[in-house]
Amino acid sequence: MKLPKFPNPFRGLPLRFDREGRRLWKDFGMSIAAFVCVVIALVPLGSILIEAAVRGLQAIGPSFFLLDTAYGGIGNAIQGTLILVAFASAISLPVGILTGIYLSEFGKNRFGDAIRFFVDVMTQIPSIVVGIFVYSLILLLSVSGIVSVRLVFSAIAGTIALATIMIPFVARTAEEALRLVSVSTREAALALGIPRHRMILRVVLPTGASGLVTGALLGVARVGGETAPLLMTAYGSGFGFSGLDQPVESLPHTIYTFALSPYTGQNQAAWGASLVLVLMMLMISVFSRLLLRSRYPLGGAGR
Amino acid sequence: MLPVRFLRSLSGRLRAAPLGDTLFQGLCALVAIGVVALLGVITLVLALAAAPAMRAFGFGFLGGTVWNPIAPEEYGAAPFIDGTLVTSALALLLGVPVSIGIAIFLSELAPSWLRIPLTYIVELLAAVPSVVYGLWGLFVLAPVMRDSIEPAIRGALGWLPIFQGTPIGTDKFAAGVILAIMIIPTVSAVSREALLAVPGNQREAALSLGATRWETTRLAVLRYARAGIFGAIVLGLGRAVGETMAVTMMIGNKNSISVSLFDQGQTIASLIANSFAEAGPSSLQLAALIELGLVLMLISLAINVFARLMVGRVLRLGEGAA
Repeated sequence: MKLPKFPNPFRGLPLRFDREGRRLWKDFGMSIAAFVCVVIALVPLGSILIEAAVRGLQAIGPSFFLLDTAYGGIGNAIQGTLILVAFASAISLPVGILTGIYLSEFGKNRFGDAIRFFVDVMTQIPSIVVGIFVYSLILLLSVSGIVSVRLVFSAIAGTIALATIMIPFVARTAEEALRLVSVSTREAALALGIPRHRMILRVVLPTGASGLVTGALLGVARVGGETAPLLMTAYGSGFGFSGLDQPVESLPHTIYTFALSPYTGQNQAAWGASLVLVLMMLMISVFSRLLLRSRYPLGGAGR
Repeated sequence: MLPVRFLRSLSGRLRAAPLGDTLFQGLCALVAIGVVALLGVITLVLALAAAPAMRAFGFGFLGGTVWNPIAPEEYGAAPFIDGTLVTSALALLLGVPVSIGIAIFLSELAPSWLRIPLTYIVELLAAVPSVVYGLWGLFVLAPVMRDSIEPAIRGALGWLPIFQGTPIGTDKFAAGVILAIMIIPTVSAVSREALLAVPGNQREAALSLGATRWETTRLAVLRYARAGIFGAIVLGLGRAVGETMAVTMMIGNKNSISVSLFDQGQTIASLIANSFAEAGPSSLQLAALIELGLVLMLISLAINVFARLMVGRVLRLGEGAA
């Protein structure tokens, strides 16, 4: 087996410092500097993973996953995160994918460009602003008597907030995925005489399915770690899920409250919860990469 | 059996008529317009909820330096706008050179077998949730900041007004450092896209004139991609401005303006995260916080619209030239 070779950076470097020598040494120095930049980025990543593993494993035992946060475990937090993310996905996937279909299949005009631009901008709204928006919306609705004021801090509010963050993201990834379906596939379908909407639903969507799944997974990864919007919507609770109109705990919220706690036991539990959350995020991230890679061997759907 | 037959005949009829196409396109368009309209709804709802504070303080809100929830209530945004700008500027100052270095290494220098894995690994920085950065910052980075990095900076540059005071590890400087780490994946990924969009013949032309690798990168690649890199930096700024949890946990949370980076501060986002639960519904403080949220959203929208225009322009340029 041939091992990949790292080029010898010292090759061809002269031991002189005239004009030519300086140019080559500068070239060498800049290459090293660029490499050092990569190392600088890897240090925090490595440190976070190692610290979470070392400190987190001390907190993790069988009871850690079963007990509620009120008793030092994270059982209700995992439950709450799964509920929030599942409901948010149930709202945002259909809406996001329909928007993605519009952008990729009907949006090759100025109007489509405008929508694409705004959806792009929406993916960058700070998540805490979305939290305030949902809080204010429910508060305004409850003042006018349309909904109960209890919903201000509830699983429903958390779901709406996460879905709002997820929708533009899913829409753009869905568009990218559907655009990759080749024109000849579409033409083949149309040549069989089926109408355009059935071509999209029965041919384009299944062909782009792995891209859609990747987008959905990345969307889940994006909202699964959100804390800020949940502070003012789902709020948090020491116990398990008790209804959609009640506050609900989530893993990121547990990490936040345990991190700021004065008790070292809870600080350690924060590391344990972080380890669980980071592993979930990394698994989703790596899995979605593999999914893309198997379809597009050169690893870039965007190219 | 009846519903199946009914559905089949219905789908047969849809196939015959273009009605199905029209309906489907209409549905998609409606949903897409609805999504974009959400942006307007968000702005409107925030403006409505912030109205009491707007009426009470007018434009003076933006310049006010006092945040006092105890009667007589007074709310001003200046310390938080200042905190947001200072930490974001620090994040760019520290994060952008590293990100561009990464982009250059990944697109120009790295051996091809290393490129894809390294690109993935750098992108993993974006997969770490903000609150985990905060936890790491609080328990790992802050002690290092307090005991070695900040005293060292103060020893070397302590005569500067921005490095006065006793370093405590959770301050504006530390918040800027953690933000710098968090914007690296964004800035380096978009810069890398911009560098990859530079056509190969740009590089070949420079190399054929006898330029070294670095001279080629500087003269033929970076210059060509500068608009895209600029867009990447602005996108990083957008990320830094809206970042909440890690900053909230690292900045020390003090509601006043100070010159020194070793002093605690507060950003718009961290103030909202800290005080939202305390502010009672229909209080003036809540309206003021929501108005701050509106300001934050408008700032970040402006930044992102600008960045999109820059990035969009350069990627089109790249496609055209290739």
